[in-house]
Amino acid sequence: MSLLESTLLSVAPAAADIGTNSGSYAVVDGGVAAVGWLMVALPLLGAAVLLLGGRATDRWGPLLATVLSWSAFVVGVLVIVQMLGLAPEDRALQLPMWEWVAAGSFSLTAGLLMDPLSMAFVMLITFVGSLIHVYSLGYMEHDPDKRRFFAYLNLFVAAMLLLVLADSYMLLFVGWEGVGLASYLLIGFWNHNPAFASAANKAFIVNRVGDLGLITAMALMLATFGALDFATVHANASGASGTVLTLIGLALLLAATGKSAQFPLQSWLGDAMAGPTPVSALIHAATMVTAGVYLVARSQAIYDLTPDARLVVAVVGAITLLYGAIVGSAKDDIKKALAASTMSQIGYMMLAVGLGPIGYVYAIFHLLTHGFFKAGMFLGAGSVMHAMGDQVDMRRFGALSTKVKITWLTFAAGWLAIIGFPFTAGWFSKDHIIESAFTAPGWQGWVFGLVALLGAGITAFYMSRLFFMTFHGKARWTDDVHPHESPLTMTVPMMVLALGSLVLGAVLYPTGILTGWLDPVFGTAEHGEPLIPLLAIQVSVFVLMLLGAGLAWKMYAAGDVPQEAPHGSALTRAARRDLYQDDVNDTFFVGPTRTLARTAVETDRDLVQAGLTGGTTAGLTGLASYLRKAQNGFVRSYALTMLIGVVAILGAVWVMQ
Amino acid sequence: MTDVFVAPDIDWIALLPLIIVFVGGLVGVLVEGFAGRASRYAVQVPLSVATLVLAFVALVVLGPDRQGRTGAAVLVLDGPALLLQGLVLVLALLGLMVMAERLGGAQADTFTQAGALVPGSPEESDATRRGATTTEVFPLTLMSVGGMMLFVAANDLLLLFIALEVLSLPLYILVGLARRRRLLSQEASLKYFLLGSFSSAFYLFGAVLLYGYAGSMRFDQIALAISSNVGMDGLLVPGVLLVAVGLLFKVGAVPFHAWTPDVYQGAPTPVTGFMAACTKVAAFGAMLRVFYVAVEGVRAEWQPIIAAVATLSMVVGALMAIVQTDVKRILAYSSVAHAGFILVGLISMDQAGISSTIFYLATYGFMTIPAFAIVALVRSAGTEASQVGQWAGLGRRAPWLAAAFTFLMLAFTGIPLTSGFTGKFAVFSAAVSQGWAWLAVVGVLASAVTAYIYFKLVVVMWLGDEDAGDTTVVNPSLLTTTAIVAGLVVTLGLGVMPSPLLDLAQSTATFLR
Repeated sequence: MSLLESTLLSVAPAAADIGTNSGSYAVVDGGVAAVGWLMVALPLLGAAVLLLGGRATDRWGPLLATVLSWSAFVVGVLVIVQMLGLAPEDRALQLPMWEWVAAGSFSLTAGLLMDPLSMAFVMLITFVGSLIHVYSLGYMEHDPDKRRFFAYLNLFVAAMLLLVLADSYMLLFVGWEGVGLASYLLIGFWNHNPAFASAANKAFIVNRVGDLGLITAMALMLATFGALDFATVHANASGASGTVLTLIGLALLLAATGKSAQFPLQSWLGDAMAGPTPVSALIHAATMVTAGVYLVARSQAIYDLTPDARLVVAVVGAITLLYGAIVGSAKDDIKKALAASTMSQIGYMMLAVGLGPIGYVYAIFHLLTHGFFKAGMFLGAGSVMHAMGDQVDMRRFGALSTKVKITWLTFAAGWLAIIGFPFTAGWFSKDHIIESAFTAPGWQGWVFGLVALLGAGITAFYMSRLFFMTFHGKARWTDDVHPHESPLTMTVPMMVLALGSLVLGAVLYPTGILTGWLDPVFGTAEHGEPLIPLLAIQVSVFVLMLLGAGLAWKMYAAGDVPQEAPHGSALTRAARRDLYQDDVNDTFFVGPTRTLARTAVETDRDLVQAGLTGGTTAGLTGLASYLRKAQNGFVRSYALTMLIGVVAILGAVWVMQ
Repeated sequence: MTDVFVAPDIDWIALLPLIIVFVGGLVGVLVEGFAGRASRYAVQVPLSVATLVLAFVALVVLGPDRQGRTGAAVLVLDGPALLLQGLVLVLALLGLMVMAERLGGAQADTFTQAGALVPGSPEESDATRRGATTTEVFPLTLMSVGGMMLFVAANDLLLLFIALEVLSLPLYILVGLARRRRLLSQEASLKYFLLGSFSSAFYLFGAVLLYGYAGSMRFDQIALAISSNVGMDGLLVPGVLLVAVGLLFKVGAVPFHAWTPDVYQGAPTPVTGFMAACTKVAAFGAMLRVFYVAVEGVRAEWQPIIAAVATLSMVVGALMAIVQTDVKRILAYSSVAHAGFILVGLISMDQAGISSTIFYLATYGFMTIPAFAIVALVRSAGTEASQVGQWAGLGRRAPWLAAAFTFLMLAFTGIPLTSGFTGKFAVFSAAVSQGWAWLAVVGVLASAVTAYIYFKLVVVMWLGDEDAGDTTVVNPSLLTTTAIVAGLVVTLGLGVMPSPLLDLAQSTATFLR
């Protein structure tokens, strides 16, 4: 290959300059971890079988997909069991798979990294993902195309697992694009509806902007460290210049904002709700949208060295958590309200990772609990839509608590968790983020702390609004609906997730399981003192929660909810339109791009095609038609051509000699 | 003086792949004689496929361990020979699978029922009524493949000539067997035959001059004579170039290309694909050996001439392609241009030259056979719709097929991630490293020109007017589908991961002298 190698790949020159020490992880020897690749391969196999098998797999395909997803979960559990047998500091296992790129001085092995952080994600993805497979068996039962749906679901699970298990930014990028593709396919699953198809396009295009960040970051890493694997990059981060590190950090953040729907790339998430509801639960609530948080957490070695980039992360998180909360307070579409809430909750996680070592564990903690309660509520929303004939307008819901009891109860569990009712999962995880925010140094502590606190109050308001509008108050149903409870395939996953929403926090945190598990990855952070006493924070969070929920009760359960949305205040109107995000995008990006494209087309047509190429082509065509005359079809003139050729050659030789 | 004839020592085992192919061809002839008309197709197709597969297996199993010269050193089985023979076998297998396409009928449909009868005569319609078939194409193809395998292993000008005729004669017949437009097909056959004989005469003339110079037909003896400076230089260079003319004719390099468009257009389309891919491999393989083994010593004399031929081929091929309105003729001129690109690699005269030439041959073969296979499937009123205009809107009617053809057009152009790019990159970089940068520049410019016609085809397919005639796309049989998919996979594979084949070509790219 040296031919191509030497010329194409003269990159990676700088590696030697900064004294590379190739950091490394312990390589797997034996055990289940040696076949850790099965976690990715099993769902991928499912996707392949379902997509290639065609109609033949219609009958058993969905079931197979579900089984394979659970199998990935089982492999994940077995890997964790094996890791528990190791000393905590040895729990990072690398599984090299094959030599991916071998080009001169640069080589990259495709491998998996199984460490506490990635395995925590694996558990969330495979468990919640598998539950959602089960739920989809019921939800999509009557869809003629459900085989394709399950194929995409499996494809998503495989790509997401690859994303979190990759041992290099390069392989992570493959998974990153894979989840983007699966998300695109699933948002546009009902693509016969042009609006849904364009929602898929929007998600895809906005995500491309984010991907630009990841590609830039990788290019910078390659130029600086000459490597893309986590071990080498992170081990050498301290040798790079501060500016480069900040640039890498900001580029990674751009990638994260795209995938995790953070400010300023959040506009796609609301439209993404066009996809089937299980998709919203799995991809746009529990897993894919947290990939940005994972990316920042995984790159902690870089962010630890660049406080500037880290501060930007926290600021982005803080902005988004308020943004999402405000938008969520005004939405009448139950799924869009939940989507706004997802944005806001991921904003909390971003804020937490932006706070530095103190926040990492809580970010991951909140990510896990959020994966449960938000997925549960999305599934609940799907169940409500199922009951109400696919309507999503909460102004036409109300008083459903008696009709769909299981859905109501499971939804209530998720609602309590997200508003942070004491001792539910959300209370443990969110309160700690708010407390950590108050420990940030200087002005940051006040700003981030108060924003997080305020966000908690608004969260309580808009989630209670959603809950009361849907399940309580007066029935405002359209005439043609007859609410009924969903089948067990749908309600059982909801019950499991509800249980998780209630007890996961108590199981993971006070027992020290989570902190102990993640300790080898993040280290133990020294706690700074919060600006105001801990108790005061907890009390004010609680009071704000009660205020928010109480206000919602007064407005939406006790009072009458108009069936048509009232005109509303300026803020309400703005929030309904996503605080004019789409208008801003249109004005500043879409419009100019359109103009640019139009200008380019016009230039091409008028100048390049007519003038330059037109001229060139005309010239070439003229020359060719001259040559064409020789091709007259007579074999005698062909022979003459050959003879002339021979004579010319021999003549040339004669002249040269 | 008693000259005793000593039978040369022949390594029959090493020649087994070649023998298998010839025996398979002979058995095929017997099948024609003894099997009933109805069952011939069912026997010939598996027989010839099995023959090629078996020969390939024999080649892979036996070849590497039995390298060396044999048969009084007129045959050399070395790395390049084995690699090229394997390539010929694989490409011939794909070509044969396409030839077996029945277009929904009971027989191989692209071939006439009775090649010997006058087109349009009462006898012809009679033969049609009685269900006559031309399954001879399968043994003929095998014979030709045998000739090609011999061609790339020949170490002697005389054996090379015999191999040339063995591979050419079946081709002349195959070209004349098209089912539709039979007159065009027969005209093409006759042209090919006449001009082929003409070029053979040049070749023989050159061979005689070289014999006069070196006193031997063997490549190593000729090389020895050159290095020991025997005098008689007046015979040497003209001899080399006249031999080269015979070989350049086979690859369709300008100015010996005039037959290409007519023959490519007139021949049954699957035969065109087979011919374009396999003949190029064989002829360039032989050319490599002649230039690198026999006459490397006087390369300063012939290199400028070959460079001029390469330039002319690239320029004329590219220019003529853009004014064609027939898809098959476009592909024919594109093959002329590709011959020029391959010559650019060949001219560099180092190891990279050998490996890049072989690599390019592989990439070209694997994209050409599927391209012609697709052309054969696009039909209108019972015959091939090969006019560019008839392809309008194909993307909407047969999206998979159009997508496959689009991908192949990208590969022909040399867009990255296709084998076309890696192949061009390999030959051009080989040329640049040996000081032929200007030739590479011409090559890049010529590629840019050809891009125009390839993209025009793509545009016509996807953006063309929907209501363009009654063009239909036949559902291909499993064999054809396999051949097309295999070609596409290799084209993508060599574009994404060229290193295995490049490494193989590089590690074997040493001629046994």
